[in-house]
Amino acid sequence: MSNKKMIALYILPALALIMGLVYIPIFFTGYYGLTQWNGIGDPKFLGMANYAELVGDRMFWSSAWHSFLLALFSGLSLILYLAVAMILASHIKGANMFRKIYLIPMLLSSVAIAQLWLKVYHPTNGILNSLLVSLGVDLPPAWLADPSIVLYALFVPIIWQYAGFYILIYYAGLKNIPTSIEEAAKIDGANSWQIALRIKLPLVGEVVKVTIVLAVVGSLKYFDLIYIMTDGGPNGASEVMASYMYHTAFRTYDFGYGSAIGFFLLVISLVATWIIRKATASEEKIQYS
Amino acid sequence: MATAAGRLQQPQTNIAGKIGFLVLYILLIVVAAFQLFPLVWLLFFSLKNNQEIFNLPPLSLPTNPRWANYSKVWNVGDIDLYFFNSVWITVAATALTVLFGSLVTFAITRMKWKGSSLVLGLFMVAMMIPVHSTLIPLFSLFNSWGLIDNPISLVLAYVAFNMPITIMILLGFYYALPREVEEAAVIDGCSINRLFFRIILPMTTSVVATTGIINMIYNWNEFIFVNTFINSNHYKTLTVGVQNFIGQYTTDWGAIGATLMISILPILIAFLFLSDQIVEGIAAGSVKG
Repeated sequence: MSNKKMIALYILPALALIMGLVYIPIFFTGYYGLTQWNGIGDPKFLGMANYAELVGDRMFWSSAWHSFLLALFSGLSLILYLAVAMILASHIKGANMFRKIYLIPMLLSSVAIAQLWLKVYHPTNGILNSLLVSLGVDLPPAWLADPSIVLYALFVPIIWQYAGFYILIYYAGLKNIPTSIEEAAKIDGANSWQIALRIKLPLVGEVVKVTIVLAVVGSLKYFDLIYIMTDGGPNGASEVMASYMYHTAFRTYDFGYGSAIGFFLLVISLVATWIIRKATASEEKIQYS
Repeated sequence: MATAAGRLQQPQTNIAGKIGFLVLYILLIVVAAFQLFPLVWLLFFSLKNNQEIFNLPPLSLPTNPRWANYSKVWNVGDIDLYFFNSVWITVAATALTVLFGSLVTFAITRMKWKGSSLVLGLFMVAMMIPVHSTLIPLFSLFNSWGLIDNPISLVLAYVAFNMPITIMILLGFYYALPREVEEAAVIDGCSINRLFFRIILPMTTSVVATTGIINMIYNWNEFIFVNTFINSNHYKTLTVGVQNFIGQYTTDWGAIGATLMISILPILIAFLFLSDQIVEGIAAGSVKG
């Protein structure tokens, strides 16, 4: 079988779409980033002016800092997910049902989740402040209107949404470990803690690396809930890189500067991936299959 | 089973072990409650009126369920229109993605040709590209094709951006398919088209179902492309439609709850019947990355 025409015919539809709608656009983003353009007419070439502006743009760096904080918290929350997955994978009855329940929020649309959590955080009638008042708190915070806490208030539903996803991945990785390894360790007198930390953890190392990349890069480019719930507000207190890019491009119609931010987002995502891969690279890969 | 025997040798008769087990269970249940709590609250308040929502305890059962909330939002707004748009766009994009993805995966795994690993690499790397880094060129491209405010732009974008994950899930299954069947078919003089459509595709129905349901969930929930490419009410899908619709009902919580429930109900129903495929698809589409 090496019918060249047939092969071309089979790969062409998908390849054309991905080249035309994913790869070629990134080159255009790179090019538009060097221009001044409002979306109408021809882009005017500027050179590096947009990037020079980006370096000195305090609003941009504050949004980048917020994205970084989200990456940090998402990364740290992986520890909790791994712990939950380890419990689930240790012959717990109903483990299958638990992991499915955990996954439900990830299957819902950002709009539904955002609108629901807007109600959870509602200053007077939301379930959170209702609970706080009934517990005797006189003046519960206005979660999404207070610039000092809005960002962290937004992290909660973001982490809530993806928790089940990471638990599921870890659980699948842990279930891939042959039970014979655990049995052997038990016979050698290892206790549950030792089995979890010394045997299972190293064996899911590759999976953990993948999830660190997913969590960090996913956070750096995160957009949905923040855009819908606070629109980056109040006064930029919850702006992240992607929402700043979106506002620049589609609200102020500064397509040139927006493209520069979009291109920066691409570069930082790739660099973060590369750094994490480098930092977590191990000398030898563990084979157990 | 080895595990059962292993545990019989060390029965957890000591009280400390049992308490430890109980603590772990409670932890799992707390996490499950946290994941489900907001959704249960949503279901409850979608069946209440404002007076009941604001004056009764948040988690009191809707003793007098206000189904009128549902009929009101279904009839008054354009929710039925958004629902219909979501259904056909989701189905069209999913069908194309799975078909094109299967063609590519077949060509990559079952035929020998130069550049197959390069093409596969292109599809896999595309997964890491942030949507925001392509958004401005996509907008101007669709604009120049007259596809802004046209649902075709959504279908094209969904097919392109879901192609990598689809191929990734399909790959594992295709690699595991036995080669004997197709060898026999080729010896019998079967054409490639016939081989693919009559023999291979029917053999992959289970993984086609898995990728199909994953694609449907992603397409159903998609927000940013609709928000960027579609302006007129007539073409909006549920995510953006619900977002705009809720804007008009900021004070009627029951109506908002009912709208959100309608938008997530298809996903919840799919999850009820197809949770195994969903879990499998999400796990397969991530671990191997």
